[in-house]
Amino acid sequence: MKSMEVARLTDQGELKRFMQTLLERSPAQQTEVMLTEWDSALTRFANNGIHQNVAERNVNVRVRAVKDGKTGVASINQMNEAAAADVLKRAVAIADLQPKSEVVPVPGPAPVRPVEAWSDGTAAATPEERADFVEAICVQAGRAGLKAFGAFSTSAGQLAIANSLGVFHHQHSTQATVNSVVMGDAGSGYADRGAIDVSELDKNELASEVIDKAQRNQNARPVEPGDYEVILEEYAVAEMLEFMSFMGFSALAAQEERSFMRLGEKITGQQVSIWDDGLDRTGLPAAFDFEGVPKQRVDLITRGVASGLVYDMQTATRAGRQSTGHGLPAPNTEGPFAVNLFMQPGTTAKAELVSDIKRGIWVTRFWYVRIVHPKASIITGMTREGTFLIENGRITRPVKDLRFTQSILAALDGTVALSRTTKLQIGEYLGATRVPALRLKAFTFTS
Amino acid sequence: MKDLADAALNAAQLKGASYADVRLDERIQQDITVKNGQLAAVSDDASEGLGVRVLVDGAWGFAGSARLDKDEVGEVVGRAIRIARASARARTVPVDLGPPVTSRGRYRTPVERDPFSVPLSEKVELLLRADQAMGSVKGVTIREGSMEFIRQKKVFASTDGAFTEQELFESGAGIEATATSPEEVQNRSYPNSFGRHQGAGGYEYVTALQLDRHGQRIGEEAVALLSAPQCPSGVKTLILDASQVALQVHESCGHPTELDRVFGMEAAYAGTSFMTPEKLNHLRYGSPRVTITADALTPTGLGTFGWDDEGVPAQRSFLIQEGLFVGYLTSRETASVLGQQSNGTMRADGWNRIPLIRMTNVSLQPGDATLEQMIAETKDGVYMETNRSWSIDDKRLNFQFGTQLAYEIVDGKRGRMFKNATYAGITPEFWNSCDAVAGTSEWRVWGLANCGKGQPPQVAHVAHGAAPARFQNVKVGILK
Repeated sequence: MKSMEVARLTDQGELKRFMQTLLERSPAQQTEVMLTEWDSALTRFANNGIHQNVAERNVNVRVRAVKDGKTGVASINQMNEAAAADVLKRAVAIADLQPKSEVVPVPGPAPVRPVEAWSDGTAAATPEERADFVEAICVQAGRAGLKAFGAFSTSAGQLAIANSLGVFHHQHSTQATVNSVVMGDAGSGYADRGAIDVSELDKNELASEVIDKAQRNQNARPVEPGDYEVILEEYAVAEMLEFMSFMGFSALAAQEERSFMRLGEKITGQQVSIWDDGLDRTGLPAAFDFEGVPKQRVDLITRGVASGLVYDMQTATRAGRQSTGHGLPAPNTEGPFAVNLFMQPGTTAKAELVSDIKRGIWVTRFWYVRIVHPKASIITGMTREGTFLIENGRITRPVKDLRFTQSILAALDGTVALSRTTKLQIGEYLGATRVPALRLKAFTFTS
Repeated sequence: MKDLADAALNAAQLKGASYADVRLDERIQQDITVKNGQLAAVSDDASEGLGVRVLVDGAWGFAGSARLDKDEVGEVVGRAIRIARASARARTVPVDLGPPVTSRGRYRTPVERDPFSVPLSEKVELLLRADQAMGSVKGVTIREGSMEFIRQKKVFASTDGAFTEQELFESGAGIEATATSPEEVQNRSYPNSFGRHQGAGGYEYVTALQLDRHGQRIGEEAVALLSAPQCPSGVKTLILDASQVALQVHESCGHPTELDRVFGMEAAYAGTSFMTPEKLNHLRYGSPRVTITADALTPTGLGTFGWDDEGVPAQRSFLIQEGLFVGYLTSRETASVLGQQSNGTMRADGWNRIPLIRMTNVSLQPGDATLEQMIAETKDGVYMETNRSWSIDDKRLNFQFGTQLAYEIVDGKRGRMFKNATYAGITPEFWNSCDAVAGTSEWRVWGLANCGKGQPPQVAHVAHGAAPARFQNVKVGILK
């Protein structure tokens, strides 16, 4: 019989009563309570064996109190009477002690469309199951004369938002993610997977991809830096979109004139359409944001034209419009954030993307990407764990990792083709991105 | 606290742990942000809990919980033991921690003024004065200032017999002015980038920064950058200000000398290191002017404490001595592989994380030059100040950094201001090209509160002593 270790989360009714108590006891004119609770575990492996293996249970109760045009925020990681009194007292005290400032409005009740983001299997995943999964990758790597490294995590959690205008939203969710680097003496490969349901993660399929990549990536030789036609695998494309979100898709970035988005203008190739949709079940769905506003789909780039931005309560109020449901937890000076990104796939099989490239570079993933020039959407970073030379329509050999310095918009302006399949990339902290692989006409490698 | 720690250790031993340690941690953090003349955010976050780490059959297990009662302690220990047994099914060699660590005692960060006793209004007024100074400059479109204060009380106990209690304080603040045009976004910040300059200490650390005296200058520089010429590309003499040298030390010396990275324990995330054990005492890492230490006793350093999170006492050791690679940052487990003892660098980002090897205060030792001398001796060069972007490969060799501000240097004189300045290089080539480091009068400790590592991710607060330094034949101005 399987030894169960079901994630321990507070009953929804008890959680709601606790939040209601906080709202009732608050002396502030408006009060918001956000509660997140999680039970998570992660098994980490290196050199074909488990070397770190951890689990935690935690909760965060965050109170925003608005009193006489002043806002205070406090949080605590306990759910009991004393904690309720303490967190409320601290939030109100902060509000009382400060000068009047701009108040971010609390949203009123609005219907949310429930989303399914829970798996019993993930919530009940055991340390033994994680060890078995990891061991399978390590054994297969070992048989191939290689070493496996990586991490496998399973988590279950809940998010609830309540406010004094009558909002109460609640969502349960689970996540399972695995990533692996496999190394030989002279090269490495990478693969990762993520899903709501742990049973969708196939250890043999993952092992096969990462071992194959590592085997093909041995004894890489350098190529001259310069401009190359490139294939970016989904790992790299997702990271590029996440940086676009960070630099440009937020209404605050636009209001502060920091964004590369020029609404109504063509900013990329016509084949490029990008949107944010928290309700799409093929992503990592979320019914509402951290301010309690229902999620809306926002078209960001439509057939190459900048078509929209994401809003939270503050930026929406300033712009005289409705929030699109992209708010972050209070107090937030970073503005709204698009965390459920999608890119329209194309019609080409991924393997066919290289078909008539005379000389190009295949990039598995990026590493240590940083912004060089936000308005020109220029980023720099390295390629990692699977960079190959393409010659006359086929991959011919591995090449040493390269540094790139490249404008994302300029790269996407040269979109030649997109794969017809897409992959879900779960973010390290928040959300997920579903993208195809891309063929781009020019990409600049600087060293 | 001691009762709970004892209960955890007893339970772990009864359930079969050959070694166990427990950390009870209570942390409070206050963050204040002023933006464009208004108080934009104040938050006060509290977190407490315990984490139990056990060794069973030579393999690690760890569990943590926010609930602090004896029933939960039993639950947490049971979970850690079960996880360790699962680890043992797929471990390689059994963990050897080397000699026992039996530290006992108390440590408290020296604090002149407890930051949590300072009225909020006093903190906000200081930030608003700095904001006003930035706002006095026409063309500054975004002004932001922030402060952060942390108090952490932690208890560490182990089955080796260690029992330590620490109360650590951090205080930090910073301001940033942004100017925008249709084509450009230019920022200037003080004293450092990434929001703040932070140190181990009380509110006196913040008042000493004199934020309000620097607001107008950074505002003027941000606006001037909009119309400054682009930093030209070429191979030149490069002079870095102390804060950028600090980040260069962090990325290209601190991280690659972490022995867990060297052994592949971070390979699937943060990466590995080019500084492998056969290079120890052989690699000419830098020029003879380059000496880098790890020192957890440095006053005001964010990596200053009494004991690390394995109970190992704070200490000083050499990583690079007159250019030669001579040491690593180590833990009990990794040091024993090399036949050494830990030099006390294991720190966890709270009760719910395991300790990892983290930089303490990794510092470039001062030289005997001055910034003005270095400029005066330079025929064709660029001076760069305050980090704007940073990127380095997974082995810590190939790097590219950008700075907020740069000036050309022609025939020993500072010339035009440049915008969008970047430089790139390969770590040992770069440090071997170092021909001058400024002296003690320009050396200071820079706090860096955003160092990421580990899965699940952890953020460490570390520090670097640094002074302005000069490098020859560096590729600058790489921007498409």
